[in-house]
Amino acid sequence: MNLVWLIPLLPLLGFTIIGLFPKYLNKSLVGIIGSGSVLGSFILVLTLLFPFLTGSAESQVYKLFDWVTTGSLDISFSFLIDPLSVWMMTIITGVGFLIHVYSISYMHEDEGFKRYFAYLNLFIFSMLLLVMGSNYLIMFAGWEGVGLCSYLLIGFWFKNTAYNNAAKKAFIMNRIGDLGFLLGMLFLLFQFNSLDFQHIFSAAPSAFTENSWIIITITLLLFVGATGKSAQIPLYTWLPDAMAGPTPVSALIHAATMVTAGIYMVVRSNILYSLAPFTMEIIAIIGLVTALFAATIALVQNDIKKVLAYSTVSQLGYMVFALGMGAYQIAIFHVTTHAFFKALLFLGSGSVIHAMSHEQDIRKMGGLKKYMPVTYYTFLIGTLAIAGIPPLAGFFSKDQILANAWAHSPLFWILGTAGALMTAFYMFRLLFLTFHGEFRGTAEQKSHLHESPALMTVPLIILAVLSITGGWIGIPEVLHGNNFVVSFLAPVITAPSVPHEVAHSTEYVLMAISTLAVIGAIAVAFVLFVKKSNVPSSDEKGYTPVHKLLYHKYYIDEIYNALFVKPTSWLSGVIYKLFEIKVLDAFVNSWGKGVKQGSSGLRLSQNGSISYYIFAMVLGMIVLLFLSRNSEFISTLF
Amino acid sequence: MENILQHFSGSLNNYIILCSILFAIGVMGVLIRRNIIIIFMSIELMLNSINLLMVAFSMHHGDPSGQVFVFFVMAVAAAEITVGLALLVMIYRNTGSVSIDALKNLKW
Repeated sequence: MNLVWLIPLLPLLGFTIIGLFPKYLNKSLVGIIGSGSVLGSFILVLTLLFPFLTGSAESQVYKLFDWVTTGSLDISFSFLIDPLSVWMMTIITGVGFLIHVYSISYMHEDEGFKRYFAYLNLFIFSMLLLVMGSNYLIMFAGWEGVGLCSYLLIGFWFKNTAYNNAAKKAFIMNRIGDLGFLLGMLFLLFQFNSLDFQHIFSAAPSAFTENSWIIITITLLLFVGATGKSAQIPLYTWLPDAMAGPTPVSALIHAATMVTAGIYMVVRSNILYSLAPFTMEIIAIIGLVTALFAATIALVQNDIKKVLAYSTVSQLGYMVFALGMGAYQIAIFHVTTHAFFKALLFLGSGSVIHAMSHEQDIRKMGGLKKYMPVTYYTFLIGTLAIAGIPPLAGFFSKDQILANAWAHSPLFWILGTAGALMTAFYMFRLLFLTFHGEFRGTAEQKSHLHESPALMTVPLIILAVLSITGGWIGIPEVLHGNNFVVSFLAPVITAPSVPHEVAHSTEYVLMAISTLAVIGAIAVAFVLFVKKSNVPSSDEKGYTPVHKLLYHKYYIDEIYNALFVKPTSWLSGVIYKLFEIKVLDAFVNSWGKGVKQGSSGLRLSQNGSISYYIFAMVLGMIVLLFLSRNSEFISTLF
Repeated sequence: MENILQHFSGSLNNYIILCSILFAIGVMGVLIRRNIIIIFMSIELMLNSINLLMVAFSMHHGDPSGQVFVFFVMAVAAAEITVGLALLVMIYRNTGSVSIDALKNLKW
């Protein structure tokens, strides 16, 4: 299929055209080009997907050109089309297209509309490069590209310094992760003299013994990269701050696609990870801790987007947790369902923010469901999905993660279920405070409340349908399903270890317990926020110490500031005073000073008297005449 | 002609000494005098002393190239003095004096 190169090319063309010629294109044309390029890629991806669905396609590498050829190193620019990459491409272009369409309406009055679509197209291009690459170098190029687009889009409203700081924070934290990724790549390069996936993965089992220090180092370093990109502890603090960007950006980049790049990378390298069970334990623990940690913070946040941001960090923790237990296909399944319902929730919150004249504090909302029914019902579907109520999407993916947790250790299951309870609680808290009860905003805001236009509500409806039906591709056998997603992605997983099996009866019990517990959490939220109308206070009075700790996000940002930011600033100040000024500046300035001093001495010989000049000339001639007696060179002058 | 040649087949020293003295007087004139016209005259004196020396050597060696070269020198001297006098007129018009100290502003 030699149209594969067209798939990333269309968004790149969209970026180039919109970026270079914004003056010649009006807003609707920009919206059409931007969304159309992604739609074109989506259609092409579907033509690749169907052969894989029917089982009539093989994984294939499409080489475009030789990229790096030096010595014995040969890295080609080629795409690997196999079930995993096609799956990710479908999500990226499909959900990406819906968000592009939504953005046409959401960003309509913004003066940076055209720049926005250019960046968004560039992002789709980079993300496609990331998942389509057939070697680590192309993946890294896409990795950096999405980091760049994330920076550009978070700081989209660049006149606000706080937003710019958030963008810088995201980029710098990503770069810290990238250092780990790069070091892991270098180790792989040394070991295999190649970065090609097929080469490395086929040679890996014989090259590494299980749990040797080299494979542990490589997998840990690669995972550090994933921590940065997928917002795990300790590199997660950029994601809540990234809510400074426009809401569709939060939906696309920080919920559905970019943050899943780390998950994709680990799944792609699954053979390496399965050779390092020690790293897998660490990954599982980090994922689980992140899931719980972020869920606790989300319990008390009052900004609609911050709740969703911490929810994203928490759900990413679940995905990483699944990876750590070797359930790679389940992690990708959760990526998929999460993309649907989290994008839906973010777009729904964008609809709310739009209607509330850019108010984001849920304490000032309330009772919106009668003003925006479509938004309310789709948001409700998204909330039910993320809480894990069957038969919606989140239930199947989360349940399989929890089943794997039980097989691993009952403690993991308990903690995982606790996280699911908190998820259900804070999401329904968000829903109830935003849409139920009485409106608590100003009269000015109330007069503007309206349902969003069709370009915004239709993507919401589509995503709601996907949130309901999306889980049905992964119904486990215990519920008489064929677990399509696991079998579809099985060719990619060459790991020797198999996800843990749980007895059917145990799994029924686990499912029942977790579902009942979730319903219980929803009931508690209902009582607290609908029956008793417990709106959080508008300042921090009456907050218990625990509440304060959670509200201030465990003061992690302040801790990082004290531990890393201040010492670095101090060090750079010291170097500036000691080295920059005293050594470098002095050296450079000394040249100028020397010339100045020399010239101020020499210019005194120009005294303007012609007699003096003639005398100097005669004197010079006499000197030369004497010297020419001994030197042939000077005598040639005469 | 033979008388002159016989006369010349003797020593050349007197002519060299004469030309050196004339040249030295010319150089001193250029260095010491303040009137630009006098400086031009001294330059001409230097040139003419060289002409004389060239003719003397030419007669001594019997080679006419020296005398031919004198013609070149005279032509160059004429051209040079033309330009020099034009400059002098302009200096006089701008500064009202023909002293060599008239123009001394282009200094540090």
